[in-house]
Amino acid sequence: MQDFTTAFFAAFDLVLTLDPDLMQIVGLSLLVSGAAVALSCLIGFPLGAALGAGRFPGRLPLLVLVNAAMGLPPVVVGLTLYLLLSRAGPLGPLGLLYTPAAMILAQAVLVTPIVAALTAQIVADLSEEYRDLFATMGMSRTAQAATLMWDGRFALTTAVLAGAGRALAEVGAVIIVGGNIDHVTRVMTTAIALETSRGALELALGLGLILLALSLGINAALMGMRATARRLADG
Amino acid sequence: MIRLASLFVLLTLPAVAQDHILIQSTTSTQNSGLYDHLLPVFEAETGIETRVVAVGTGQAIRNATNCDGDVLLVHAHAAEDAFVAAGYGLPRRDVMYNDFILIGPDVILADSPADALTLLARAQGPFLSRGDDSGTHRRETELWRAAGIDPTTSSGTWYRETGSGMGATLNITAAMDAYTLTDRATWLTFANSADLIIAYEGHADLNNQYGVIAVSPDHCPSVNATGARIFVDWITGPQGQATIAAYRMNGAPLFTPNATE
Amino acid sequence: MVESNRLTNLAHHRGAQTRPPAVRLHDIQLRRGGQPILRGLSAELGQADVSAIMGPNGAGKTQLLRLLAGLAQPDGGTVHFAWPDAPEKHRIALVFQRPVLLRRSTLGNLSHALRQYGVPRRRRLSRAMELLAFGDLTDRARTPARALSGGEQQRLALVRAMAAAPDLLLLDEPTSNLDPRSTAAIEALILRATAQGVRVILVTHDAGQARRLADDILFLHDGQVAEHSPAARFFDMPASAQAAAYLQGDLYL
Repeated sequence: MQDFTTAFFAAFDLVLTLDPDLMQIVGLSLLVSGAAVALSCLIGFPLGAALGAGRFPGRLPLLVLVNAAMGLPPVVVGLTLYLLLSRAGPLGPLGLLYTPAAMILAQAVLVTPIVAALTAQIVADLSEEYRDLFATMGMSRTAQAATLMWDGRFALTTAVLAGAGRALAEVGAVIIVGGNIDHVTRVMTTAIALETSRGALELALGLGLILLALSLGINAALMGMRATARRLADG
Repeated sequence: MIRLASLFVLLTLPAVAQDHILIQSTTSTQNSGLYDHLLPVFEAETGIETRVVAVGTGQAIRNATNCDGDVLLVHAHAAEDAFVAAGYGLPRRDVMYNDFILIGPDVILADSPADALTLLARAQGPFLSRGDDSGTHRRETELWRAAGIDPTTSSGTWYRETGSGMGATLNITAAMDAYTLTDRATWLTFANSADLIIAYEGHADLNNQYGVIAVSPDHCPSVNATGARIFVDWITGPQGQATIAAYRMNGAPLFTPNATE
Repeated sequence: MVESNRLTNLAHHRGAQTRPPAVRLHDIQLRRGGQPILRGLSAELGQADVSAIMGPNGAGKTQLLRLLAGLAQPDGGTVHFAWPDAPEKHRIALVFQRPVLLRRSTLGNLSHALRQYGVPRRRRLSRAMELLAFGDLTDRARTPARALSGGEQQRLALVRAMAAAPDLLLLDEPTSNLDPRSTAAIEALILRATAQGVRVILVTHDAGQARRLADDILFLHDGQVAEHSPAARFFDMPASAQAAAYLQGDLYL
């Protein structure tokens, strides 16, 4: 119990003093994961809509692939991206390795399948319900997809939250392509890994508590927005 | 020499000020807090921003081979020489040393590290190995060879390979009340030492030499060759050496500078 | 089994103009999962304002309606509509037994439909308001459609179908889940639609409703037309044994 008490105090101390290093790390975590989730939505929403409501050859194998990719091990993603982004790799000249951009890319690879697969599920369920209506209205595929996405928008926040959770929590990919460089690519999870390796378990756990609080805050905020929007708007 | 270097720095300041160097490093120098002490001094004197990627020595060398770094700072002499010989790096320079120690729940009375390991093998450890091709792991492998024992035949029983960094391995060692090999700096700054103590120390075979290498611009045209040269010159020069010597924990130095001209 | 001269007479009797039937079905075959649903069905429907399709469960009523709406293709036979070109979808609108409403407001459902039917943006709101008034839903404009009562939901589905400005309105048991008051409201709405020149084909089990609304009754049994008569005669003197049994409640399959 001693460790947990100390961890709580460590966390409170860092937060209450607005530790500048901590603020920078939290800021970068939010920036990287936020950008990764935004990028994932940009790709995952249309992909998911096509998989959920589209009819094209290869749809089922692709759906299986996307579902399986939800469980991609972050370390494997990190390693693959490292080999691509390394100076010796094909994308080396871009100079992206050990930058936040590389971390955004890595997390987007991890999050996109989650957003796409959950979107596909939500859209498929709605599409099942609306199919006859769409057919009698003679709607185009694009118009159908737009209607499904709009009507599924409250359910889709769940997909976004699941993606954000994955992005904020993963360490394996960002530590490889980011390098955990102080003040440049250090985020919450890599800082926790570093403090653990230093044997500073209470500090590591304290950082973990802050990450948990952050995650809770984001979830509560989005859920609150969803409830308010649902009440104000057109159900 | 110092004046000349300072002049050079002043002249190149505008060109490199917005630039940075990337150091591929072993973990012990970061985990021990040396960089937090050393690098701000370097940055203040030269205006060059430093970025450290701290990984195992094996991975650091591999990353530098891929041109993903400007400077290599590790502790595996033979591998460093091979790196330079292959044309990946400019000539290697000694920077500093400390020593490896065996830590565990009890003191081991032995004449040499090889003796100590023989006793450990007989007592069936348990012994935790990094098993990650790091500098510490390489040294551990050499010590077992000197003792004439192949511990990997007992892998999974009393000999356990964590495949993790030094910190993670130390955490497991503390939890299992086992023995492991680590460097003194990491040990002195490790906060979760639990009931572990230094089981064996103080032998020439446990010397832990750190070297620095600028990645060759011929092999990697993308490197910041100027910044790398300035860093290597600085850390092996009087300023850097004095700064290393000044880093102490509870009065004891963690690293002893030993660069030669 | 169409007696077209009789239907024409009927139309005159009701005061409607003489006009060709909205749809001619010839020898329609439809199978689902290997089972025959419609077996050589021929009929002419929608000459008068309201045609009702009746028959016991499993007779093929709903499948016939889906076929007319273009949701199913026949395995054999021809469907021929009265208008010259191929059945354009906006000429036919279908209201389901259980209304399928978008997760939007009442107004949102109508705007969405008007948009799909190509009504220009600047005319959508005024047209939607007209439709709301038509369905007596004006005070429910901002209510989420799925929070409406069952009767209101069905009225919304009906006026949404009217947003297509259809020639032919297909209704699949529109009041089967509603209380008498809501049923009366829907029936009033159907009559108002016919007053605007829309022809209605209605599937119903409610003999009273068919009597109140329909000009002619198509009675299906086992995927075939058992009887097609003017409504008054159908209820007073059913010609087929199946219809007689059905009306007496002696429903057999």
